[in-house]
Amino acid sequence: MRQLPQRGSAAIVGVAESDLGVVTPGLTPLDLMGQAVQRALDDCGISLSEVDGVFSAASQLRMPTISLSEYLGIAPTYTDSSYLGGASFQSLAAHAALALEAGLCNVAVIAYGSTQRSARGKFVPQRDQSEYDSPARPRLPVTGYALAAARHMHLYGTTRNDLADIALAARAWAQLNPRAFDRRPLTREDVLNAPMVSSPLGTKDCCLVTDGGAAVVMVRADRARDLAKPPIWLLGAGEAQEHHSITQMPDLTSTGAVRSGAQAYAMAQLSPNDIDVAQLYDAFTITTLLFLEDLGFCPKGEGGRFVQDGAIAPGGKLPVNTSGGGLSYCHPGMFGLFTMVEATRQLRGECGDRQVANANTAVAHGNGGVLAGQSTLVLGTSAAL
Amino acid sequence: MRQGDPNVGTDCWKDGMNSIDISPLQRWQDYLREGILAYQFSPDADRAVFYPRVICPYGGAAPLEWRVSAGRGAVYSISLVHSPKADPHAVALIDLDEGFRMMAIVEDANGSPDEIGRRVVAKIEQPTSEDVAPAAVFRWEREG
Repeated sequence: MRQLPQRGSAAIVGVAESDLGVVTPGLTPLDLMGQAVQRALDDCGISLSEVDGVFSAASQLRMPTISLSEYLGIAPTYTDSSYLGGASFQSLAAHAALALEAGLCNVAVIAYGSTQRSARGKFVPQRDQSEYDSPARPRLPVTGYALAAARHMHLYGTTRNDLADIALAARAWAQLNPRAFDRRPLTREDVLNAPMVSSPLGTKDCCLVTDGGAAVVMVRADRARDLAKPPIWLLGAGEAQEHHSITQMPDLTSTGAVRSGAQAYAMAQLSPNDIDVAQLYDAFTITTLLFLEDLGFCPKGEGGRFVQDGAIAPGGKLPVNTSGGGLSYCHPGMFGLFTMVEATRQLRGECGDRQVANANTAVAHGNGGVLAGQSTLVLGTSAAL
Repeated sequence: MRQGDPNVGTDCWKDGMNSIDISPLQRWQDYLREGILAYQFSPDADRAVFYPRVICPYGGAAPLEWRVSAGRGAVYSISLVHSPKADPHAVALIDLDEGFRMMAIVEDANGSPDEIGRRVVAKIEQPTSEDVAPAAVFRWEREG
């Protein structure tokens, strides 16, 4: 059986964010999606009228592809609003590649928008908390991640100091990114002494709450080379899910990223050693650590030692979350699509002060729920094709 | 202990009537109100099932049975949860000796990873109001 989508059958040709951080009052998630879509189309020189594939997931919109298509004034031939929380967007990219390959659409747009920060107090993200868990009053999602972090500490000797290295690396990258929301100086003591939320995770172990949107444009290989910017190829994709509630996760220190990553690397015919830059959904410091292990950048249990001494910060041995990530750049409800935007920009070489030299391959990994949905993309330049 | 639910199977659709007469959640909470920590068991898969459901998640076809847990187990992981309006409380994942895992509060715990692996025993808390669900909370098992 032929594997689908095929390696390099489709490429990311346009990327953009909308306004980020705290946006003008009254703006809606659709306004931000519309702005990001227009900017991403401008990025590649394709007109809105050519968009015939609409892919979206959103926490504030029940029918995001329908409402976005109405907003944009287009009638797409193909839509997909599969929902895996923050991991939706990697999976939507794989679905877009399939739809492009099958000829179901010719120009695919993946879009996201959220006003989670501005709407705080008015909009409460929907959480389907189990009736069996709720008497324990967990603070979700953070308690789920905290339980994973505590277990990792118990088994492998990981420390809060190790997790602080991850927060500090994210901030150091953010300080090189003019679009990052929090670029203030941050010390190890700031991280370690920050108020606890759900131990061992304190406020500085948790992602930002911001507004923002993003969009990615994909086309088939036959058109990808003729556009404004060099194409960034979808080389590999993988998806895995093995639980929804944290009580059902078989091993809290090993996520579905083991499987999603293995699928993506196999399709890409690459190994973790071949990856130049990694964008790993960092809802919390512990998520970066788990995905470094599960995506093969270091052995299981070694994540804490791997991130020490600035190893994932600017100038370190592996550039991780070069935008500043969900911890310091932006986190408007779901961060998955932003990992794809930053990976594309790094591979194009347009990241300015934070540019990773000679980056030809990237991983963009999405995470949904409490380590529940996992979706991995391997992206590459034409040199990696 | 009540016997297994005749909720599933090929002949469950009798006379056009619905076949589930009590929800798994209702039954679990009813047991808690009787002071019993209950769980389900899959005879086909020969293993515990939790949370309670109407079908076996391990491929079994036979109806799930309800069983009584001795309420003893060990902390799999734990976190001290801070909230703006209340004192912090320790939320743990408990591995019960019968082979299922549940989330619950552990009293007098500090939520440190050092507490992982420690033995606990369940105590069923009866709610003061009918609107509040009963809950199993855990205490440290006495040493020795």
